[in-house]
Amino acid sequence: MTDLFSKFDPLIQQRENLLATGVKDPFSLVMEKVISPTVALCNGKETILLGTYNYMGMTFDPDVIAAGKKALDEFGAGTTGSRVLNGTYSPHRDCEEALKEFYGMDHAMVFSTGYQANLGIISTMAGKEDYIILDIDSHASIYDGCALGNAQIVPFRHNDVEALEKRLKRLPPEAGKLVVLEGVYSMLGDIAPLKEMVTLAKAHGAMVLVDEAHSMGFIGPKGRGVAEDQGVLDQVDFVIGTFSKSVGTVGGFCVSNHPKFEVLRLVCRPYVFTASLPPSVVATAATSIRKLMHAADKRAHLWENSRKLHAGLKALGFQLGTDSPQSAIISVIMPDLERGAGMWEALLDRGVYVNLARPPATPAGMTLLRCSLCAEHSSAQVDDIIGRFKAAGEAVGVIG
Amino acid sequence: MEKSADTFNRIAELIEPFNKKGVSLSETTTFATDLEWDSLTVMDFVASIEDEFDIIITMNMQAEIETVGQLADAVLSLQDK
Repeated sequence: MTDLFSKFDPLIQQRENLLATGVKDPFSLVMEKVISPTVALCNGKETILLGTYNYMGMTFDPDVIAAGKKALDEFGAGTTGSRVLNGTYSPHRDCEEALKEFYGMDHAMVFSTGYQANLGIISTMAGKEDYIILDIDSHASIYDGCALGNAQIVPFRHNDVEALEKRLKRLPPEAGKLVVLEGVYSMLGDIAPLKEMVTLAKAHGAMVLVDEAHSMGFIGPKGRGVAEDQGVLDQVDFVIGTFSKSVGTVGGFCVSNHPKFEVLRLVCRPYVFTASLPPSVVATAATSIRKLMHAADKRAHLWENSRKLHAGLKALGFQLGTDSPQSAIISVIMPDLERGAGMWEALLDRGVYVNLARPPATPAGMTLLRCSLCAEHSSAQVDDIIGRFKAAGEAVGVIG
Repeated sequence: MEKSADTFNRIAELIEPFNKKGVSLSETTTFATDLEWDSLTVMDFVASIEDEFDIIITMNMQAEIETVGQLADAVLSLQDK
């Protein structure tokens, strides 16, 4: 008999080798108590959270929590049903209204996770004869959306406008095309040249989907994302987003101005064949989204934090994913997985939690320490973080 | 026949910059096992093939191509379209 688990042996071995060096397992951290959007108790130690994507710090917003509690009391713990059967309550509709207000768009569809939003829209929109043209560094949910559907998949080099143009020119002009882009790429924290790419895609008759998971609430004058910031939001056919970052809860969505958009509720399998979000979750999301519309001050402070951390780490000699701060993600490139894990642990010992990212999630086989800042981080906290990075980096030998 | 020999030779030339181990090439040389290419190398190589022949090799097609010979056949059929 073949053990179906044997295909995972190389990964099991790699993990055992890493743990044998004495480092803590970076993928099994437990937070015992969460004190605020920026501080939690890990291994009994008060730890600054710098790897949670909680960009706008909405998880403990009093209005958001009150809305969730009220919905929990009034509508119960869950819907036990699909959106198209018994799983649409008035809070679900209200949450979609909030999204339409936030983006100024005609239609909004809420999914149970951001992952499912990409999975559903991409697999449903592009059929067998159609082409999906995507950035090679796209998120797993985009690739899985491609795998769930049966369209022809055409990748192009990361953020390379010319590579995108060449491929659009070579495709049959009459074929259906969906260009899939992200506002912020979460591994390095770099943004896409959406102005050029979206314009190019439209000129070649393609529809455009932009995943703004890591920019919603923060980037753009109204927090609508990179497409808004670069002035091309009106040309984007589908914006995909999530509630699990700036919004501060869980869930995913797609907004669009396409007149036929509502038909997707009937044909999109990851929307139909799963239970809808609990009413308390959509109520917290709706409240949070409406508050994010008026969060210009928080956005400004988050930019300050991002610039400060980027400059501080750069001055210490760390190699960063971008030359300048482009988003709320500052990615620190580690020389290898061992020193990456060592640095991760040294930071945790000093009370800073970051994400350790490694292949295959990362581009070019890199090991990264990803830092995501929060609008609720104080300037003093960011100073603290930089100091602890210095100590940890010297202890592990990542910086001189 | 001539056309396919020409295609094979042009492909072989494009493989050279990525042929770090100096593997001698034939129709049956495999990209993953013989040349030991990782996904990044494959991406760069596919882009150079696409530019050279002015074609698109979709990821769906790439999944079916394991050898240099299969790639040459795919390039020929794409050029006929």
